[in-house]
Amino acid sequence: MLNCRVNGQIVEVEIRPDEMLSDVLRNRLGLTGTKVGCGEAECGSCTVLVDGEPIVSCIYPAARAQDREVLTIEGLAQDETLHPLQHAFVETGAVQCGFCIPGQIMTAYALLQKNPNPEESEIKAALKDTLCRCAGYPAIIHAVNSASARMQGQEPPAIMIPRSGPESKTVGSLHPRPDSIAKVTGQAKFTDDYHFPEMLVGKVFRAGVPHAVLEALDISKALDQPGVVEILTAADIPGENLHGLVYRDWPVLVGVGDRVRYVGDAIAIIAAENEEAASRAMAAIRPTFRELPIVADPVYARSPEAEQVHEQGNLLKHIKVRKGDMEVGWEQAETTLEATYHTPATEHAFMEPECSIALPSEDGRMEILVGSQIPYADREQVARTLDLPQEQVRIRGTLIGGGFGGKEDIAGQIHAALLAQATGRPVKILFDRHESLLVHPKRHGTQIQVKLGAKRDGTLVVAESELYGDTGAYASLGDKVMTRATTHSAGPYNVEHVQADCYAMYTNNPPAGAFRGFGVTQSCFAVESCMDDLAQALAIDPITFRRMNALKVGHTTNTGQILKESVGLLECLDKVESVMRVRVGDRDPFTAYAPEGKPGIRRAWGIAAAYKNTGLGGGAPDKASAEVELYSDGTIEVRSASADMGQGLVTVLQMIAAEELGASLEQVRVLLSDTDLTPDGGPTTASRQTFVTGNAARNASIVLREAVRSSLSEKLDVPPDEITFHEGLAQVNGQRVSLGEAANLMKSEGREPRAIYEYWAPETQPLGTGGDMHFAYSFAVQAAEVQVDLATGEVEVLEVIAANDVGKAINPLGLQGQVEGGVMMGLGNALTEIFITEDGMVFTDRLARYRMPSITHTPRITSLVVEDPAAEGPYGAKGVGEISSIPTTPAITNAIKNACGVRVRRLPVDQDSLAQAIAVGAQTCE
Amino acid sequence: MTGWEHFHTPLTIEDALQTLMTSPDSAVIAGGTDLLLDLDQGRHSRVKSLIDISRIEALHEFTISEDFVVVGSAIPLSRLLNNPLAQKHAPALVEACKLIGGPQVRNVATLGGNVAHALPAGDGTIALLAHDAEVHLVSQDSERWLALADLFTGPGEVSFDRQRTLISALRFKRREALEGSAFRRVMRPQGVAIAIMNMGVWLRCDQQGKIVDARISIGPGGPTPFFASGGSSALIGHIPDKIVLDQVALAILEEAQFRTSRHRSTKAYREHLVSSLLEETVTVAHKRASHYEMV
Repeated sequence: MLNCRVNGQIVEVEIRPDEMLSDVLRNRLGLTGTKVGCGEAECGSCTVLVDGEPIVSCIYPAARAQDREVLTIEGLAQDETLHPLQHAFVETGAVQCGFCIPGQIMTAYALLQKNPNPEESEIKAALKDTLCRCAGYPAIIHAVNSASARMQGQEPPAIMIPRSGPESKTVGSLHPRPDSIAKVTGQAKFTDDYHFPEMLVGKVFRAGVPHAVLEALDISKALDQPGVVEILTAADIPGENLHGLVYRDWPVLVGVGDRVRYVGDAIAIIAAENEEAASRAMAAIRPTFRELPIVADPVYARSPEAEQVHEQGNLLKHIKVRKGDMEVGWEQAETTLEATYHTPATEHAFMEPECSIALPSEDGRMEILVGSQIPYADREQVARTLDLPQEQVRIRGTLIGGGFGGKEDIAGQIHAALLAQATGRPVKILFDRHESLLVHPKRHGTQIQVKLGAKRDGTLVVAESELYGDTGAYASLGDKVMTRATTHSAGPYNVEHVQADCYAMYTNNPPAGAFRGFGVTQSCFAVESCMDDLAQALAIDPITFRRMNALKVGHTTNTGQILKESVGLLECLDKVESVMRVRVGDRDPFTAYAPEGKPGIRRAWGIAAAYKNTGLGGGAPDKASAEVELYSDGTIEVRSASADMGQGLVTVLQMIAAEELGASLEQVRVLLSDTDLTPDGGPTTASRQTFVTGNAARNASIVLREAVRSSLSEKLDVPPDEITFHEGLAQVNGQRVSLGEAANLMKSEGREPRAIYEYWAPETQPLGTGGDMHFAYSFAVQAAEVQVDLATGEVEVLEVIAANDVGKAINPLGLQGQVEGGVMMGLGNALTEIFITEDGMVFTDRLARYRMPSITHTPRITSLVVEDPAAEGPYGAKGVGEISSIPTTPAITNAIKNACGVRVRRLPVDQDSLAQAIAVGAQTCE
Repeated sequence: MTGWEHFHTPLTIEDALQTLMTSPDSAVIAGGTDLLLDLDQGRHSRVKSLIDISRIEALHEFTISEDFVVVGSAIPLSRLLNNPLAQKHAPALVEACKLIGGPQVRNVATLGGNVAHALPAGDGTIALLAHDAEVHLVSQDSERWLALADLFTGPGEVSFDRQRTLISALRFKRREALEGSAFRRVMRPQGVAIAIMNMGVWLRCDQQGKIVDARISIGPGGPTPFFASGGSSALIGHIPDKIVLDQVALAILEEAQFRTSRHRSTKAYREHLVSSLLEETVTVAHKRASHYEMV
């Protein structure tokens, strides 16, 4: 029995001796505001205060709280009044996906209790181990400063966020996310925060070997364990045993006689009354494997001696880009350069591990709660395996604690549904961090060879690249990802002769799929490194060289697309350059210098440019539907099955509906990702939602507005165009009708006050056919200032200036979060992140073995917004989610080259080999 | 799901020792920030009982006698590093403690736990080694002070019987005039969250700044926390400059057993780091020593 005080209340609760405080708070006391992100004291999401001191509750035995005072996020707000920290987190846009926020706020609260007026360095020291993968660190620092000021009766520092150009009523204004208050108070519910009566614990028994044939499987001892309700194997699957987003090549369960292709392959699934019973069953399952030779890297996978991972071979796809005539190109080239780059697999490390809850209903339907990026694809895949019509499956999207591409594929959805179908009881499958790391698809590890040729005057004339992408055991989105890597592999430049060949290869590593940047992150690093080296060889300033060759309207991309509009690359270059010039004064930004008193340190700037498609492209039909409904109380609901994983789609859709209906933001609510209630918005991928679902919501709003207008026009007997919509009212000749009354009027006429709109994005063409492969591109330039310790090889990023051409900044607060978070993720990609496998075995199997940027890595970040509108985009907007992250890595490695003379050709930058390269005067670090 | 059956919370050392003796498959837990993860991730064999010593008041004492500073083994690191007396007498130790974990971990992790974990590169341990610390070991029938260097027998292994004995305190000499210490470490930003190399330096100098006594400790420089006796001797009799430090580095390279650790550091990089880490740490320690006057 544990006796303590929690949030001021006396608590007496039965506990097990080995329970952690986080479990007791969440499961026994229902205080689910405390989140568990890792269970290994790495991420800080579970921070609560015990006797006033912040501790990580995931490794704090609950018994230790005996007679102590525990404070959780739920105890911070007093009688509905937010604590100044909670208020500041909302106001400054520090809340994105929201999963880490309770931990951030509790840690910051403890800091302010002791130190009411902390320096920035003290804030960083206090929040050092409280990770945010949306990486809203600058906003978090701002929020803590704001709260500190407010608590001392001072004016908080102003929010410096670039607004959109010509302001409209709502679109382009600063506004916090509608769900942010729930997220700062701990009321926001992610999947694991739901509990249902009679719910079983689901667990997945995984292969643990990278390549083998499953020869036998004995589950008899596991079935005998008390508390075990059901164990299913491949033989029990009623429908199809294969899933996959593009190719259905991924077994739901590997059957006896079938092949295991990576350590995370599922062999059996268990439903048990509790964790302990499930764990005992896991330990009692006995598989017999005949192990096969392991294919561990994509280049080897293509060699004839490699074992074939799939029946059709190891080649998932050979992707080709051809433009101009390579022979002519090489003949014209007067200066050429060639180099090979390597990028590792990396991990999304969204703070919320995957969780699915399946709820069977008596009428045979199956409902699944999950935070998914593609709810309708989940529905289709679950239905296929359960052998149900799709309509019998309902996906109910919960809040998503970060996705970044890592929540597009199936995780536990099908397994939970199978167990629920078999037992007739709700089943929850929650991955712990270990399982999350092992199982879900990663960023593709690549090898990229780039050859560039330019004329002596700096005109880029030829680009050739060869890419190998490691798509791991299953295709996932590997085909699409590596296609994007290939088509973008010559950078955002006008090059006449281009050839690119990519081999997307199957191996026995964990699958690789979508991850913010979608292949372009990798090829941008290679080509932008080459561009700097080529500029140097030509003795041209790297900005001038890029400016000379930058894509402009009228140019033809490498895939044969003539750019007709919205190419803001030059403006990005100009804006970044002008801010950088202010920083450096008379100095050349790209020449190294030693800061005063630090002879062993070198500093320099580096620059890089990028572009990234918005939307699926390549001939894929790209559409989204949205429904907008007006209610009698004057509120408006926007509905679409599109995901908000923290990027801010809810705010975007809310703003668009408010704008078009002349309503206030408070009147508009957004319902996402429920396949029963919301029409399909398509996958949340490819930076497409603002454009595609944004357009659907805008058009639905317009249709609804016009319907209201026509009803009112008849009723009031005025011409329709004399009716205007603002301040939440329809107004005509001084008469005002509230939107609620308008809804009632429509209903009385037998008309539904709602509109659904299916928006089809402009048609695109497949790669290789010429024509428009994509309907829009975003552009970006980033400059980074780094310092290198010549002795230790340690690298620190001091500042990043980022300009993004997003067409139109619909939601500037959300955009700021996307830019800062994108830069931080790019910084991690450059310096800290690597998902390590050894012969198919996963070394990076704990968060302690995967370093991602923390608040202490956060440089000064300056975001510059360029708005070169896309005619078809809503208000001119195009994608932003990925582009903000892509040029960061090469900007940093180019800066490293400028600082210490060493070209890094393998990511992440390894200080060990960098130091040794500096020591021996080597030019490259492979 | 770590699965121990009993969680004991003794309030006295005697009670803790009695419980330890009578509970088979038990382990002592102070902060538990290492132990609980080791248990959960299978690096520590399963236990039936955990004996939490964090509520024993005697283990929270911080005292200064005529000769020694005594640090109770269960004092949380955050409390230790904010203690002005610890800051005054053991700057290296305070610097090391600041680098362990994040604030949330330091609120429960203890110096006793850091030492008992016996890792070759434990930050607190390496700093204590430079301070020539001793460990107080208590069991039901005996208690004794043991030189810290004699505590370790291998990675994670100690010379006392964990089923009978507790670490109750650590002590080191109080700081005298012209003494100073410093601690530095180099981390790797990728992969494993363990230092590539850390270093503690303790010095005493004369009025002219010449070093008259020195102790350098390095982790990982061998299977146990490494005391660089040759390197330490090479400092004595000199005002540290580039030439002296080069000689010290050579002596260290001769005596230490640097090796390549997978996904963490190459042997060559560690050897390369010795010089720069040495320069930084000795410079700070020397500055502290030469400016430190007895009050």
